[in-house]
Amino acid sequence: MTLKEVKEILQCEVIVGEDNLDIEIGSVGGSDLMSDVLAFGKPGMLLLTGLTNAQSVRTADITESKAVIYVRGKKPEKEGIELAKKKGIPLLSTKLMMFEACGILYSVGLPSVSEVN
Amino acid sequence: MGIDYQIEQKFEIKGGDFGNAGSVSTKIKDKLKEIGIPSSIVRRVAIATYEAEMNIVMYAYHGILNFVLTPQQIKIIVDDKGPGIEDIGLAMQEGYSTATEEMREMGFGAGMGLPNIKKNSDEFEITSQVNKGTKLKIVIYLNKR
Repeated sequence: MTLKEVKEILQCEVIVGEDNLDIEIGSVGGSDLMSDVLAFGKPGMLLLTGLTNAQSVRTADITESKAVIYVRGKKPEKEGIELAKKKGIPLLSTKLMMFEACGILYSVGLPSVSEVN
Repeated sequence: MGIDYQIEQKFEIKGGDFGNAGSVSTKIKDKLKEIGIPSSIVRRVAIATYEAEMNIVMYAYHGILNFVLTPQQIKIIVDDKGPGIEDIGLAMQEGYSTATEEMREMGFGAGMGLPNIKKNSDEFEITSQVNKGTKLKIVIYLNKR
């Protein structure tokens, strides 16, 4: 599934990377704890988080995540936006809560990070 | 046989500098990618250095990260001046953490840092002296033996 399809399903606002939405999402993980993302994240994953500081983008870059979606209408801080632009990581925001966003993506067939290699 | 070389670089990391936290790891990651190191190895190096870097930012006063790349391996020595770790066995347990509320707000302090560094290393050593500091040795092989 492409990020563009995810964007439509979760009714996201694009904060960074409007022209980079055709990327393929391999799996999804949701966490506010970046240490957990570093421990369990997989390359090609989509990260859902409520953490808005620059570490959310930094962690996405380090783990080779494809994109970050902020839940509950949150927006990343300025430093994170700058880093995302530099690294070419799309940032999106959805009004849905973490549980809702994860549940919807799982129900349309996107696998969890624990289900892929 | 083959070409023998060594690339070495030293980075300073300041304790409490949350604004720049992670920038050293990003630099190392970008450099390794540029050299053409396989992405699975780059990722392990990046995760291990990022956790080590966060540990210095969160807990120590000051630290030096020394990075050495040879044709066989990547060796990272992280040496910090700080409070040290009283019980290394406990610190290596997943979920054990002495993090403050502020650290948790940063998205860290889940008690996964050191176990995660070990998981991504082929060789891992930790030594620590209370009220002096902690030293990590991380080695990641380029060709899995």
